[in-house]
Amino acid sequence: MTHIEFSVNGFSKAVEVDPDMPLLWVLRDVLGLTGTKFGCGAGVCGCCTLHLNGEAVRACQTPIKEVAGKSVTTIEGLSKDGSHPVQKAWLEEDVAQCGYCQPGQIMQAAWLLSKHPHPTDADINEGMAENICRCGTYNRIRCAIYRAAGDAPAIGKGA
Amino acid sequence: MTTRRDFVKTTCLSLAFTLPMEPRLRFGMAEPIEPGAFAPSAFLRIDGDGTVTIWANKSEMGQGVRTSLAMAVAEELDADWSKVKVQQASSAAKFGDLGITGGSQSTRSTFTPYRTVGATAREMLISAAATKWKVDRAACKAENGFIVHGSKRIAYGELVEAASKLEPPKDPPLKHAKNFRIVGTDVKRLDGPDIVTGRAQFGSDLKLPGMLYASVQRCPVFGGKLKSVDFTAAKAVPGVKQVITISSGVAVLADSTWAALNGREALKLQWDEGDHASASTAKIWEGFETRMKTPGKVVRKEGKGVEAVGKRAIHARYDCPFLAHATMEPMVGLADVKPDRCDIYAPSQGPSWSMDAIQKITGMKADQIEVHIPLLGGGFGRRAMPDFIVEAVECSKAAGVPVKVQYSREDDMKHDYYRPGTLHELSASLDAKGHAQAWHHRIVGPSIAASLKMPWPPEATELSGAADLPYEIPNVQVEWAQSDTPIPLGFWRAVPASFNPFVTESFLDELAHKAGKDPLDFRVALLKKDEKRKVGRDELDPGRLRHVIELAAEKAGWKAWRLAKRAKGFGMGIAAHAYLDCGTYVAQVAEVEVKPDGKVKVHRVVCAVDCGLAVNPLNIRAQMESAIVFGLTAALHGEITLEKGRVVQNGFSDYPMLRLADSPRIEVHIVKSTLPPGGVGEPGLPPIAPAVANAIFAATGKRIRSMPMTPEKVLKAAKA
Repeated sequence: MTHIEFSVNGFSKAVEVDPDMPLLWVLRDVLGLTGTKFGCGAGVCGCCTLHLNGEAVRACQTPIKEVAGKSVTTIEGLSKDGSHPVQKAWLEEDVAQCGYCQPGQIMQAAWLLSKHPHPTDADINEGMAENICRCGTYNRIRCAIYRAAGDAPAIGKGA
Repeated sequence: MTTRRDFVKTTCLSLAFTLPMEPRLRFGMAEPIEPGAFAPSAFLRIDGDGTVTIWANKSEMGQGVRTSLAMAVAEELDADWSKVKVQQASSAAKFGDLGITGGSQSTRSTFTPYRTVGATAREMLISAAATKWKVDRAACKAENGFIVHGSKRIAYGELVEAASKLEPPKDPPLKHAKNFRIVGTDVKRLDGPDIVTGRAQFGSDLKLPGMLYASVQRCPVFGGKLKSVDFTAAKAVPGVKQVITISSGVAVLADSTWAALNGREALKLQWDEGDHASASTAKIWEGFETRMKTPGKVVRKEGKGVEAVGKRAIHARYDCPFLAHATMEPMVGLADVKPDRCDIYAPSQGPSWSMDAIQKITGMKADQIEVHIPLLGGGFGRRAMPDFIVEAVECSKAAGVPVKVQYSREDDMKHDYYRPGTLHELSASLDAKGHAQAWHHRIVGPSIAASLKMPWPPEATELSGAADLPYEIPNVQVEWAQSDTPIPLGFWRAVPASFNPFVTESFLDELAHKAGKDPLDFRVALLKKDEKRKVGRDELDPGRLRHVIELAAEKAGWKAWRLAKRAKGFGMGIAAHAYLDCGTYVAQVAEVEVKPDGKVKVHRVVCAVDCGLAVNPLNIRAQMESAIVFGLTAALHGEITLEKGRVVQNGFSDYPMLRLADSPRIEVHIVKSTLPPGGVGEPGLPPIAPAVANAIFAATGKRIRSMPMTPEKVLKAAKA
């Protein structure tokens, strides 16, 4: 067990855990922040995407020891009241179906927009390539990213 | 006040998975209501502040049912939509039997009962206002959360106490469709704001005081049993609290999921692998080949059947693989077994299918057990099964504390109830004018019904899309040749219509090309007569099917495409399916590009759907998009294989999913209709794989008769 301090959504946190425990389980099981989802545990589905010092990472692949002293933003902290442009765009486009992958999709999209404020189709294809949605909401995700960027959706929504 | 009301009788539901008749939905006893609220049924409550809360009796797995059912109530209630909230009904007696959420039946089976809930409340609110104002109730009307009489208006919230004292009317009038102001409009899902902020609670997210997290090691071979287990090392893992054996294997209970997973790694286990230790899909397919040599049970015969096919027949053989569901949320179940009560919190499509098992394990009566249903992180049929509930109940009973059993992605993939693999042989003949004269289709495969020991004929779960062939062909014979396997089977989105239409709609395309006809014209010519007719055990409305085919073709620009000169490797294909179990007709046109490396890129899909009354067009479009993407994953990628009795695939790396970059442009066109609402969760899936196969043929002149349509198969066909 190791004592680790870091910040989550602007709040200081201290935990006593196995230093190898992934950030995903620290958030979900120890801190009770369940917005970050478990999908594969192998870093290939994107359900657990969050921001670590501003970069999009997979919480299931991030041992807590690597988080010490760093700043974590989860879906719960993306905005105080769901007012982040990506969250608003997600609602406008009615993106979600089951909704399970969407926190990860939203965190990935918010990061993408921080790097590419006006992304092209190719930027979106690449930036969202590692986030799976089994309900197939991809075209609405694309539209919502354009909307959040303040750009007109590409013709016909697809790739 | 308590009222008791029978829900409106629902018609016999032959679900896509051919469930027996769904029990009549009952309007159970309303709760003794709190002062300051009006609850004319267990499914509706109006509070003094005007909040309208509706309890959905079908599970939400992304298909939008919570929103659709709330719309049905709000429509008849003339509620202010901004004040509508939705809660989830549990298995408590007051909600009656929840039945199963599946078969694209939820809105279809409960739309009228839920409308009746709203209409009942509306009539009572009108009576309460009329009494209060001492006016004729016939001169009062409901309007967006108010009862109105001339210039007088009173909010529903102010009428709750008076309305609570009234007897509910027996047969409240339902609105005429032309007066709908919520139903038929694009309504965004009610769960959206919770989902985008991370507040939405899925089964995986729940936690009870004192709860332990469990990870279960199951025998890797289907049907195997535990021989011996050494707990010592597992128990020494920090955080591990208990290790117990349960019917499916060994469960490690810990204070976190991580500790449970680590404890499980440390287990030393020996399995008796049982009868299937050497089972493999290679051997299963050999068995299918053998079975194909002898006739099956004739499940449909018209005219002279196979005898009419004759010598100059066109023959083809098709195959479809076993598939996993791969919901984004792996299976999970939480149980809290106390001495005299058992609460289960499980993302389940079918709590009633788990009840017998829970009673058996706990020794409790049904009224001591309550299944609470959080949001489902995808379902697609997988969550109708009771396994994850059973494990949680066994763990909690043994441990004496609440336990959440969390499947890993590998657990989820290797311990699924799989979509059956099937082998198909078809033959058909054309007359001198190129009209289809005879059609013979033999299906070889295992039976879901038999695998699950359902009390139905084994073929009941395997025939949609084959025995209900909708085309006017004078001689038809369809045979079902059962060949069971050790692989546990279950219901997978569209069930047999996830494979049979790939075969029949591809083969029909083959006939069209053989006849030298445009595949669109060829289909339309086989759907000339408008009279409804029996196809197999179902009734077909040929005009509805013809219309969606023509609509999809028109919107896709089919005729212009056929005439235009196209770049090499591009093709357009059409396919359709009448999803008779849920009253919905869908046609799709796919535009594909076959790349030199054999990769198939689907650029655009045009979908026409006639699902009767379009309750929430926004959601219908979403469900078509969803089924197309889900169907493309199966068409291009999906295959589960078995070696040494074990499922080979581990997760998304070797069971790949369609990604955003490969999602085609999708256009959905909804046919205007006043017929009762049909289902929309599944019917968008059947046409996509054959539409793509037919487009590949149009692009390359090569027919891919095997799913998934991988680059290897496309390249092999190109060389043949």
